[in-house]
Amino acid sequence: MNRIVVVGASAAGLAAAETLRREGFAGSLTLIGEEIDPPYDRPPLSKQILASTWDAERLALRTLDQLTALRLDLRLGARATGLDRQERTVRLSDGTDVPYDGLIVATGVRPCRLPGPGAHVLRTVKDALALRRTLRPGTRLAIVGAGFLGAECAAVARGLGCEVVLLEPAPVPLAHAVGERIGQVLSQAHRDHGVDLRTGVTVTGVTGAGVSIEDGEPVAADEVLVAIGSRPNTEWLESSGLTLDDGVVCDEYSAAAPEIYAAGDVARWHNPLFGVPMRIEHRTNAAEQGMAAARNLLNPAARKPFAPVPYFWSDQYDLKFHAYGYLRGHDVAEVVEGSLADRRFLAAYRKDDRVVGALAVGMPPKAIRPWRQAIALSTAWKDLR
Amino acid sequence: MRIEFDEPKCVAAGQCAMVAPGVFDQRDDDGVAIVLDATPGPERFDEVREAAAVCPAAAIRLVEA
Ligand SMILES: Cc1cc2nc3c(=O)[nH]c(=O)nc-3n(C[C@H](O)[C@H](O)[C@H](O)COP(=O)(O)OP(=O)(O)OC[C@H]3O[C@@H](n4cnc5c(N)ncnc54)[C@H](O)[C@@H]3O)c2cc1C
Ligand code: SF4
Repeated sequence: MNRIVVVGASAAGLAAAETLRREGFAGSLTLIGEEIDPPYDRPPLSKQILASTWDAERLALRTLDQLTALRLDLRLGARATGLDRQERTVRLSDGTDVPYDGLIVATGVRPCRLPGPGAHVLRTVKDALALRRTLRPGTRLAIVGAGFLGAECAAVARGLGCEVVLLEPAPVPLAHAVGERIGQVLSQAHRDHGVDLRTGVTVTGVTGAGVSIEDGEPVAADEVLVAIGSRPNTEWLESSGLTLDDGVVCDEYSAAAPEIYAAGDVARWHNPLFGVPMRIEHRTNAAEQGMAAARNLLNPAARKPFAPVPYFWSDQYDLKFHAYGYLRGHDVAEVVEGSLADRRFLAAYRKDDRVVGALAVGMPPKAIRPWRQAIALSTAWKDLR
Repeated sequence: MRIEFDEPKCVAAGQCAMVAPGVFDQRDDDGVAIVLDATPGPERFDEVREAAAVCPAAAIRLVEA
C-alpha cells in the first residue's frame, strides 16, 4: 500500500493520519479537509469559546511543527465530492482526482436545521464565534433542543447574562439518553439557573423575530440557536456503492470495504461489545476509532475488532457529566452511589441482564473505574447489585 | 521524551491513566490528570504516545528527543 487518503481533517482524521505514521507507514498520506483551519477541537466551542474564556488559537489540536512532522499532503479548504472505487480516486471540489490504495472516511456530521432565516447552529469555530458575538447581557436567546449541546449553551449563555428560553419537544430533556429521573435533575438545574425551560414544545420554524411553535404562540427572541441533532456527511459517497444508512455502514473492524475504513461521527459500525450497530458522536470515540481504522487498514492480516466502551463528558453549570457505555435503549437506570438530590451521584444502566452504562456527576475517578470495567467485561447485573 | 501537560485543558476523561497507568493518574476530587513521571523510560514510549494520541483534550504534548 503506497497511497493512503484520509477525508475529513478533524479529530478522527487526524488520529488516523498520526497512527499511520506511528505504525510506520512511509508512503504518501493525503489529508483532505473542507474547513480552512488546521485540525481543531470542537468540545470547547460550546464551553470555553462561547464563554470567551479561551481564544480560538487554543483549539488547535496540534502545533504546526507536529503537523509538519507527519509529512502530509495536507489539502485544507478542499471538499471531496465523489468516490470512484473502480479507479480508486477521490474527486475534489476543484475537479482534481486524488488516487488511493487505502481510504479512511472521517467526514463527521453537520447540524440539522429548521426552515426560516437567521438561526445559528454550532458545529464549527466560525459558528461559535458568530454566536458568541451576539450573546450580551440582556440578549434574549431561544435555544431549540435541550440535548447536551443545547443544555451546555444554555448554561454558558446564562453565565453571560442572557435571557434564555430552552425549547424541547420531549416531556423530559435527555430522558431517552440518560433516563427520566436524571433528565429531571438536569431540568431542575436549568430552572435553578433562571433558564425558561419549556418541554413538550415542538418548534416548526424560525421567523426572524423568534420561532414558531406547533399549536402555540410564537416565542420571541433576539437570537435563535438550533441544536436538534446532526446528519452524517455522506452525500459525496452516494454513488460509490458503499452502504449508507445514517452513516457509513462498517463491520466490526470499522471497514466499509476491504480497502476503505470509516471513523468518528460519520461511521456506523458493529460494536461487538454490545452486539449492535452504533454511530457515536463523542470526541474520544473519534480518536479511538481513527486509530483503530488506521491500524486495521495497514495490517489486514492482524485486524482487531473495534470494541470500545463509549465515553463522553459534558459540562453544564457546575455539573460535570461523565458517561460510559451505551445508555440508549436501556431498561433500567439506578442510582448506585451518592444521591440525585445532592447532584453528586453514580447511576448504572441495565439492559436485559447486563450492565451497559454508567453516568457519574461529581464522583471521584476511582468510584467510576470499576463500573467502566464492568461494562467492558459485559458483567451480569446480578453480580454487581 | 518529555511530557508537557496543559492542565487547564484536561477534561478529566481518564483515558491517559487507563492507557499508561504508570505514567498518569487522576486527582481524586475532580479527576484531572496527574503526571507521575514526566520523563518516562523507553519501555513506556509506546503507551505514552498512545495516551497523548487518545487524550480527547489534546492536553498531553510529547517533546521527543
Ligand atoms: C459544540 C460541540 C460540543 C461538543 N462537546 C462534546 C463533549 O463535551 N464531549 C464529547 O465527547 N463530544 C463532544 N462533541 C462531539 C465531538 O466534537 C465530535 O464527536 C468530534 O468532533 C467528531 O470528530 P470527527 O473527526 O469524527 O468529525 P468532525 O469533527 O465533524 O470532523 C469532520 C471534518 O470533515 C470535514 N468534511 C466533511 N465533509 C467533507 C468532505 N466532503 N470533504 C472534505 N472534508 C469534509 C468537516 O468540515 C470536518 O472538518 C461536541 C461537538 C460540538 C460541535
Ligand atoms: S486523557 Fe487527557 S483529558 Fe483525559 S484525564 Fe488524561 S490528560 Fe486529562
